[in-house]
Amino acid sequence: MSRGTLYDKVWDRHKVTTLPNGQDQLFVGLHLIHEVTSPQAFGMLKERGLEVARPDLTHATVDHIVPTANQDRPYSDDAAETMMAELEENVRDAGIQFSDPTTGDQGIVHVIGPEQGITQPGKTIVCGDSHTSTHGAFGALAFGIGTSQIRDVLATQTIAMEKQKVRKIEVTGELDEGVEAKDIILEIIRRLGTEGGVGYVYEYAGETIENLDMEGRMSICNMSIEGGARAGYVNPDETTYEWLKDTDYFQEHPEKFEELKPYWESIRSDEDAEYDDIVEIDAGELDPVVTWGTTPGQGIGIDDPIPEPESLADDKVDTARRAQKHMRVEPGETMEGYDIDVAFLGSCTNARLPDLRRAARIVKGREVDDDVRAFVVPGSQRVQRAAEEEGLKDIFEDAGFEWRNAGCSMCLGMNEDQLEGDEACASSSNRNFVGRQGSKDGRTVLMNPRMVAAAAITGEVSDVRDLKEVNLA
Amino acid sequence: MSDPTEDIPSVDYVEGSGIPIRGNDIDTDQIIPARFMKVVTFDGLGEFAFFDLRFDDEDNEKDHPFNEERFQDSNVMVVNANFGCGSSREHAPQALMRWGIDAIIGESFAEIFAGNCLALGIPTVTADHETINALQQWVDDNPDGNIEVDVRAETVTYGDNEVNVSVDRAQREALVEGNWDTTALMKANRNAIEETASQLPYLDQTRSDIEADD
Repeated sequence: MSRGTLYDKVWDRHKVTTLPNGQDQLFVGLHLIHEVTSPQAFGMLKERGLEVARPDLTHATVDHIVPTANQDRPYSDDAAETMMAELEENVRDAGIQFSDPTTGDQGIVHVIGPEQGITQPGKTIVCGDSHTSTHGAFGALAFGIGTSQIRDVLATQTIAMEKQKVRKIEVTGELDEGVEAKDIILEIIRRLGTEGGVGYVYEYAGETIENLDMEGRMSICNMSIEGGARAGYVNPDETTYEWLKDTDYFQEHPEKFEELKPYWESIRSDEDAEYDDIVEIDAGELDPVVTWGTTPGQGIGIDDPIPEPESLADDKVDTARRAQKHMRVEPGETMEGYDIDVAFLGSCTNARLPDLRRAARIVKGREVDDDVRAFVVPGSQRVQRAAEEEGLKDIFEDAGFEWRNAGCSMCLGMNEDQLEGDEACASSSNRNFVGRQGSKDGRTVLMNPRMVAAAAITGEVSDVRDLKEVNLA
Repeated sequence: MSDPTEDIPSVDYVEGSGIPIRGNDIDTDQIIPARFMKVVTFDGLGEFAFFDLRFDDEDNEKDHPFNEERFQDSNVMVVNANFGCGSSREHAPQALMRWGIDAIIGESFAEIFAGNCLALGIPTVTADHETINALQQWVDDNPDGNIEVDVRAETVTYGDNEVNVSVDRAQREALVEGNWDTTALMKANRNAIEETASQLPYLDQTRSDIEADD
C-alpha cells in the first residue's frame, strides 16, 4: 500500500468511518452537478423524503445539452429544455448556487470549478461525470461518480469508496515544438492501456509536469479516466498557488489564501512517500500524437505507422481490427494526410484560454479548407469573453471558423453539434469511441488543439510543426 | 426506489440463462448512446441498450445477442475485458438492468461502471480470459442453460462445470449483507460526518445552518 502520498493524506483527512462492507465513508468537500446525471438523483431523494445536506458545498452548471449556437429559451430541443428546467427547479428548491448562462459564469463543469476558485488543493471533489479527474490538477482528490452515488452525496455529503493503489507517473524531458500536455497523456494511455489504471490513482510528477501551466495539468488529469484511473493529480506548487490567487474565491477572501497555504503544503506527497507502482516516461522523445482507432489508447506519433493488429498484445488484436475497419485505415500508413470533414476545438480537455491562444497562432492569417466545417467552442463564458477581448474570436472567424457559446458541444452527441454520417473529425476532445460525437459511423481523431487548427487549415491530419506560427502579441 | 427503513435485499446469489456480449473495451457510449440520455428519469432506458449495435440507420435489426430471440429471457451477461469503460453514466447499467440483466460475469470491468452496478445491486464478477471464453461458448450452445452466480462463495456453476470467480471484497460484503444501498447507512453517521467536517481547514466553520434533522 502507498504511504505518505497526497492521496493518502487527503483520504485520511476526509475519512468519516469504515463502513460494514469495508469501504470507507469519505466527506465530500465540493459536489459539482449538471443537468444530465443529477435529475434522477434528486428524484430518488424526493422519493425518500430527504433534503440536500450541504447545498453550500454543492455547485451546479449546465453544459452537456446546452445549445452552443442559439441559446434563447425555451431551447429548440424540447428534451434539452426539459432537462434545463428540471435542473433549475432542483437547484432553486435546494438552494444550490447555479452558474447558469444568465450569470456569465456558465461553462463546462470542469472549467468553471477551477475558474471560480472552488476547486482547491486538498479538497475531495466529486461530480456525476467521469472527467471530474480534471480537478486533480490542483492537488484535489477528484473523481467521477454515478447517479446513485450523487444521491448519497446530496443526502449525506459523503461517499462510500474503497481506497485504491497509487501509481506515480514520472514525466521527464523537454517537450518538442508542437508537443503539449495532451500528447503526454495520450502517450501515457497508449503505453499503460485504457484499463491499465483500473484500481489506481495516478500521481503525475516529474520536471515536465512541474513545468506545465495549470491548463496543461488539467488536460492531463482530465484524461486519467481514459487510462482507467478514476482520479489523477499533481502535487500543488507555486504554479498552482499563483493561479488560485486570481480566482474569485481568493480575490474575495484574500486572507484565506495565506490561511490555507500551510494545509496545501502539508498534503503534498512526502519526499519519501511510498507508491504501489512507479512508471517513467521520457516526453522529450514525443512527437504530436494522434489516434488512429476508436479507443484513446490507440494513439501514435504523427510520423509513426499505424500498427499491425497482430503486433499488439493478444487482448488488443480484435479491438484494433475493428477500429481500423471503422476508421478505414491500414496498418503501415501514418495518420498524416487522413482527410477530415470537421474540426472541433472544444471540450473539458482543451477549451481553456491558453488552448485557444495556441491554436489561434496557427490559424491567424490562414483559411479553413473549403471542405471542412470548423468551430471553436470555448469551455466557459469567461473563456469566451476573455478570448473575444484579446481578439482570438476575430482570428478564428476571419479564418472561417464558427465561434460558439460555451458547452460540451461535439465532445458528445447530446446537443445539436454532431457529426453526420461517416464524417471524420479532428477533435481536441477526449474520446474517440464509436458514436461518441453523435453519429455511429462518425470517425474521431483525437489530437492537441494546435493539431486541430492545422487539420482545419489543410483539410487533413497534418503535422503542426510544418505550419509556421504567428506571434499574436 | 424504496422506503429507507425497508430492508435492502441481499444479492448473494443470481441464477438464470446467459447472454454473451463479446469484445474488449465496450464503452458506455456503446451500451447507451448519449442521445438517449436526454431524459430526467431512467424509465424506459432498457429498449435503448446497445442501440447502435442493434439497429442500422433505417432501424433494421442487426446481428446482436440482445436482438436474438433465444436470449430474450436471459439475465446473466457474459462479457470480456474492460467492460463499461468511458463515461460515468449510470444510464448504462440502468439500461442493462431494465432490459433484464441481473448479474454480469466478465474478464474485467471499468471501475465507475462496477460501482454503478453495485449501487443497483448487480454483481460484476470476474474470471480469466479462458474461463470467460468457455462460458460464452457454452451460453451460445445452451441459450436456455442455467447459470448460477454465487456471490458469497465466488463461484459460477453452469452445466457440469463449477468455476471460481472473483468478487471485489467490498462488493461481496455489500451484496451478501444487503447493505449496497449506502444512503441510509451513511446518513446514520451524522455525528462522525460533522466531526470530520469540523477538522477540514477549507470549510467555513462558522456556518450556523447546521441543524438537527431526521
